[in-house]
Amino acid sequence: MSATAQPISNVATASAITKPPLKIFRNLQSKIALTPMMATVIVVFIGCSIWTIVYSLTSSRILPTSNFAKDFVGIDQYTRLFTSSRWQLSVRNLFVFSIFSLAFTFVLGFLLAVFMDQKIRFENTFRTIFLYPFALSFIITGIVWAWALNPAFGLQKSVRDLGWTNFTFDWIANRQMVVYSLVIAAVWQGTGLMMALMLAGLRGIDDEIWKASRVDGIPKWRTYWSIIIPMMRPVFITALVLFAAGAVRTYDLVVAMTGGGPGLSSQFPTVYVYEFMFVSNLAQGLAASSVLLAAVAIIVIPWAFYEFGQKKS
Amino acid sequence: MSSTALAIDPTGPRPIRRFAPSRIFIYAVLIISAIYFLIPLYIMISTSLKGLEEVRLGNIFSLPMHITFDAWDKAWNKACTGLECLGMHTNFWNSVKITVPSVIVSIAIGAVNGYALANWRFKGSEFFFIILLVGSFVPYQVMIYPLVLLTSKMGIYSTLWAVIMIHSIFGMPVLTLLFRNYFASLPAELFKAARVDGAGFWGVFFKIMLPMSLPIFTVALILQVTGIWNDFLFGVIFAGPTNYPMTVKLNNIVNSIQGVREYNVNMAATILTGLVPLTIYFVSGRLFVRGIAAGAVKG
Repeated sequence: MSATAQPISNVATASAITKPPLKIFRNLQSKIALTPMMATVIVVFIGCSIWTIVYSLTSSRILPTSNFAKDFVGIDQYTRLFTSSRWQLSVRNLFVFSIFSLAFTFVLGFLLAVFMDQKIRFENTFRTIFLYPFALSFIITGIVWAWALNPAFGLQKSVRDLGWTNFTFDWIANRQMVVYSLVIAAVWQGTGLMMALMLAGLRGIDDEIWKASRVDGIPKWRTYWSIIIPMMRPVFITALVLFAAGAVRTYDLVVAMTGGGPGLSSQFPTVYVYEFMFVSNLAQGLAASSVLLAAVAIIVIPWAFYEFGQKKS
Repeated sequence: MSSTALAIDPTGPRPIRRFAPSRIFIYAVLIISAIYFLIPLYIMISTSLKGLEEVRLGNIFSLPMHITFDAWDKAWNKACTGLECLGMHTNFWNSVKITVPSVIVSIAIGAVNGYALANWRFKGSEFFFIILLVGSFVPYQVMIYPLVLLTSKMGIYSTLWAVIMIHSIFGMPVLTLLFRNYFASLPAELFKAARVDGAGFWGVFFKIMLPMSLPIFTVALILQVTGIWNDFLFGVIFAGPTNYPMTVKLNNIVNSIQGVREYNVNMAATILTGLVPLTIYFVSGRLFVRGIAAGAVKG
């Protein structure tokens, strides 16, 4: 960072030798060019988030309250939120979904990347096949997997037609298991991206390390376990943060695949937010989305410090 | 020492034996994985080519006995959502009308941002950039209601303008990052030489930086076209029913509960919706991977 900043400031001072301009006019063009970005940061990323938190402290119902002082209710919406069984179920679903989809995507993505890194033939073909789901909308993924897992037509029926008439695979229609059917779809969609990230990480590792470990006669799996995996920690952390923050956002997939059902059994926090925000109780929806904000902050802020903090030193 | 020993090692790099058990294992794993990833695509295509009776009787893995494009015709021209039976074709054009301007505006803003941040930093510019990046992780739901208010105050809520604006806003973090890293990687001498020749902020941008950035523009284009085409949430909230993009229409067709569920039409509609991003993906290949990797990996 500072390496590139150095020559630029030299240029700036060189041209400014004649007459030192007022501080605010320094780099004026750049400031004008970045106005849309700064406005977006202030109005949208900061302003809208604060607005949401502030109005989650009111009793706004269909529309935001016009008399803030009168409708201020403190943390009532949050108390209601955390005692709501529907919200508790949503959070539980999100946890199960995130942990399982993350674990499977991570392990499968890494293993595929390792296999792809063995100087195999048709590497491009395999990569294309593994990654194409990522090019598709979550809506498409949800619809296709809902169809493939539909007990009356899909996998269950096909296996029964083969002769195993007692075979049961009805996760998508089963209240206890429906969240795992979402995991299947999410893993299908995300593993290719994970593989691409991991493969880029593996390719970034110096060949000398492989040579050295071969000279020392260390078996390949040991090299991976004791040398390569520890070296790939930054890639792992980035991928985990990325996918974890993505999991908190999961919305389209649920809408398309299960619609939050059967009953309310595949409710997700985002679905809860949407339904309260636009249907029945605005402030409740705002409170729920503020909790999502906090959840993401817990994931992202430590990572941001880790990422950006190190570079400064 | 050990590296020189390796260089004169008489055996050289060990040749790969094609039929060694470990090689067979590797290929077996890769092929099985490939089949798992391809099954849904196969189900989509084969179901869409079947007639409705065949769909109801046969299983989803069987090949169509009589290939028919009726489902495709119906999906495009007259598939229903509730009482309305207009098919996907108007929504295809809605998606085009949303995607084209959104891509142009968001890339233009992203390129200027990236250029300014890479070459013309000022006090606080990096601070805004970091907030922008961290903010891109925040679930959209947190910001969406105030944005609905904002766009309706501006009088553009439920119009194409609103979706275009929202896509430009939320495309900003990734695109700014992409362009900033790219412009920072160009040799600083170029910038200095142009400055010495008297080029200003925009002069350097248009005469030096832009002509050199075709590769990164292509990557940004792929990233944005696929991302915006696949969007659902912004379309459903900001576009308004007459402007619904294809993804929203698709979901409405599949999840409208009236009458018989026509799975073959649903699958045809799904393929039609996925055709644009899939085509881009297959044509652009490595560039797509570069785009998502650049969008995913840190600055």
